[in-house]
Amino acid sequence: MACCSAAVLAGALVGEPLPARAQETLYPQVERGRYVLVTGNCQGCHTEPGDEPFAGGRGLETPFGTIYTPNITFEPETGLGRWSRDDFWRAMHEGMAPDGSRLYPAFPYPHFARMPRDEVDALYDYLSTLPPVKKKKPDNELPWPLSWRVSLAGWQWMFFRPEPFQPDPRKSDQWNRGAYLVEGPGHCAGCHTEKNLAGADKEDRHLMGGQLENWAAPDIRGGANGGLAHWSEDDIVEFLKTGRNARTAAFSIMSEVIELSTQHMVDEDLRAIAVYLKDMEGEERAAPPAPDRAVMEAGAAIYFDNCSACHVSDGSGVPRFFAPLAGSGKVNNEDATTVIRVILEGARAVPTKAHPTPLTMPAFHWKLTDAQIAAVATYVRSSWGNHGGPVSASDVADLRKRLAEGLGPQG
Amino acid sequence: MTRKLPPVDVVLVGFGWTGAILAQELTQDGLQVLAIERGAWRDTPSHFPTTVAQDELRWYWRKEMFQSTARETLTFRNSRGETALPMRRWGSFLPGEGVGGGGVHWNGQTWRFLPSDFVAASHNAGRYGPLGPEMTVQDYGVTYDELEPHYDRFEKLCGIGGRAGNLNGEIRAGGNPFEGPRSAEYPNPPMHMTFAQHRFEAATGELGLKPFPGPSANMSQPYVNPLGCQLAPCTYCGFCEKYGCGNYSKASAQTTILPVLMRKPNFSVKTHNEVLQVKLDSTGRRATGVIHVDQNGEEYEQPADLVILCAYQLSNTRLMMLSGIGEIYDPATGDGLVGKNYCYQVMSGADVFFDDKYTNEFVGAGALGMCVDDYNGDNFDHSGLGFIGGGYIACWTTHSRPIERQRTPEGTPTWGSAWKKAVAENFLKSTNVGAHGASMAHAGNHLDLDPTYTDVYGRPLMRMTFDFTANDRAMSVFLTERVREIAERMGGREIRLNPREGPYDSMPYQTTHNTGGTIMGTNPSNSVVNRYLQSWDVPNLFVMGAGVFPQNAGYNPTGTVAALAYWSADAIRARYLRNPGPLVQA
Repeated sequence: MACCSAAVLAGALVGEPLPARAQETLYPQVERGRYVLVTGNCQGCHTEPGDEPFAGGRGLETPFGTIYTPNITFEPETGLGRWSRDDFWRAMHEGMAPDGSRLYPAFPYPHFARMPRDEVDALYDYLSTLPPVKKKKPDNELPWPLSWRVSLAGWQWMFFRPEPFQPDPRKSDQWNRGAYLVEGPGHCAGCHTEKNLAGADKEDRHLMGGQLENWAAPDIRGGANGGLAHWSEDDIVEFLKTGRNARTAAFSIMSEVIELSTQHMVDEDLRAIAVYLKDMEGEERAAPPAPDRAVMEAGAAIYFDNCSACHVSDGSGVPRFFAPLAGSGKVNNEDATTVIRVILEGARAVPTKAHPTPLTMPAFHWKLTDAQIAAVATYVRSSWGNHGGPVSASDVADLRKRLAEGLGPQG
Repeated sequence: MTRKLPPVDVVLVGFGWTGAILAQELTQDGLQVLAIERGAWRDTPSHFPTTVAQDELRWYWRKEMFQSTARETLTFRNSRGETALPMRRWGSFLPGEGVGGGGVHWNGQTWRFLPSDFVAASHNAGRYGPLGPEMTVQDYGVTYDELEPHYDRFEKLCGIGGRAGNLNGEIRAGGNPFEGPRSAEYPNPPMHMTFAQHRFEAATGELGLKPFPGPSANMSQPYVNPLGCQLAPCTYCGFCEKYGCGNYSKASAQTTILPVLMRKPNFSVKTHNEVLQVKLDSTGRRATGVIHVDQNGEEYEQPADLVILCAYQLSNTRLMMLSGIGEIYDPATGDGLVGKNYCYQVMSGADVFFDDKYTNEFVGAGALGMCVDDYNGDNFDHSGLGFIGGGYIACWTTHSRPIERQRTPEGTPTWGSAWKKAVAENFLKSTNVGAHGASMAHAGNHLDLDPTYTDVYGRPLMRMTFDFTANDRAMSVFLTERVREIAERMGGREIRLNPREGPYDSMPYQTTHNTGGTIMGTNPSNSVVNRYLQSWDVPNLFVMGAGVFPQNAGYNPTGTVAALAYWSADAIRARYLRNPGPLVQA
């Protein structure tokens, strides 16, 4: 309470009239807003790594160019300090700034539009209590005409319906809560759904996996043929809560989601997400082409020398320590980008409250050639019951080049 | 120009095992803790990932894992009549540097001392009569029973694998029956033994000895410690001592504490800064902080309410001398205490060569071994033997690193084609039995400041005066005979005895178990620190590490160093913070 009052007081001392919000910043309302923020992982995108939280400035790599996130602290010059609750609602629900200009859907308002007004208001009230930080948003790096926001009107007309979440009366409350979290604030489709040429979700590929910033986000459907078909509800809950489960460990962008969002969510909500995902069937995949025998032999030799100490000779890994490769969703993904990238760059398991150790796989880009990486990737994707399919040396060379050109994550 | 920095509650000098333990403990009380480390930041994925961890040339032969002798080393002589010369290249021991300290490159053999080791002077004098006048052996001032909960804590922190031989007083088959009573079983089972250990177990059993698995900080299975840190199962790659572990399989500050500690807002570490001096107030009875220097030569004064020396034994002792705390020991007069009772370890062994059996010792780990403790401490009757103390005897399969390991039978030339042939023939078919002997304090073995040589800052180097004593030699002859009996029974073609003969030689690697110099004891006339590791002279100064051992037991020291750190941290938290001042009235 004390800290909230201090923030309000600080707001009141700023010269120009600011929206009054003393009543709304009572503890239960602020705490509700904090939880809404957790479910939406606002901090992830609105924080430049290593800088003040929520002050924005992080560059989001899109196929169209780099879009920088704005400062969402209530600093009046560079943040949301002058925004009213209505302004905030319009941004969240309609994708529109207070001046009427349209927002780039890198800000996932097509998902946030599903959130009810009282949730959005609570979020606004929470943000108003954060320490204001003065930090100007860098200009986006987009080519014309995309840099011209009027072009977004057409996009919104084609791809965006600001409709609130509609519960499915045939399903349980738990299922509906999961659906709301996944499709609303959680905006899982932002990464896990393939995009069309205009950058909008392909609706018929919903949560069947996507690609962004040179990572392949896996299929997260949990029903038959889905990417998580072999995961139990408990597996999903454990993964979101601790960053590890018996089948995998989170790294890269998902590690940030777990670190800042899902590990802080209540168990009932994680369970609801699991129930919803387990109810979504996937699509049957054609068998991949058989790998070349010589490549498999070379891959096996490389695997035993470089990988088997941690991942174990039969790919079973050390559950919750070193990810099993047999049956892994990432390994079996049709899109081999993540597998290749992990071999090139290594990977760091997210440290969480439950597992503070950031167990890390080293990089092999300096040690293995494109052909060697292709062989070992082919070997792990085609062994122990895996059916990911072969990887070619040119796939590795392409990704190596893209990463070298700085299209990878920051830093 | 020395810049004065904002004060902190606690400053830790050095950030290895004891620094990490003290930081983790004292931050629990909300204190602002700062560690100052002269080496680099080091973590598993950045500095010794599996892709580079096993680089024998880089880490050991080119000494990249250790302190830089170009910046600071020590001078050495066997006796007071000689002129000490600088050790320009590490040999007999390998002091660590950087975050994690020597705990990054240790083997992981994690022992408890025997109850009688803590009362070595009174116990042995009581049983065998007065010790010789030159033997400056004394009691620790703390007992095994007092340290037991702290040993237990460290073993759980590290996930030590082993088998209890004395559980709450009940002797258990398969463990060490001579050990002091433990309150709990080891947190992990023993490691998987190899051919050589099975032979050792059979041979010692036939001799009526009591073999048991060596206590190991290399993980025998996946382990999550009480702080939530994860240690992965050991892969038996044989790169432990002298190397960082890339697999998260060896307990170190990095694997057991830092993931939790580094996230605490009231802890920070400053690397590449060397503490030059503990600063005292005008009374000389209170430390006001430390003076340290960064890589650019800029000097800083860091004020603190509590100063804790957590560097290596040699560095802690030297910093006390350079800060003018206490009087430096003079063997001519017997006056002074800082630098007194420098002790080491007396190692000997035997190689065993097989004709038709593969030992395959490239499958190894730092603490993979079977041991017997029948000839350690006072576990056997010393009447008429002419020495006190002893050591454990073990068959460790630590490694077969090819540049370092070339066992050849007796009579093999030391170079040329005959040597190469012998190395090739025996590389996969040999093992070793070793004795890990105690080192008893002697009036002539000590540390002081060198009159001639200086470090990179122009300060005198530490001077070491050390040789094996009559007690050491008699003990080693006895232990080496026991080693021979065991080795000869292991079923090999032949053995080659490596006795400890001649004066102490600082060049061949023996062990990094340097002890003494800031010894603990019962009163200010016999010790530098009290039983809580608190300076008698400056009560807001504490000194960690094996420097506080009045003499060294026949075990690896890390377990006892850590137990003493926890014991001291407990006293600071429970008593000192409430009422800062001497914890023991002189």
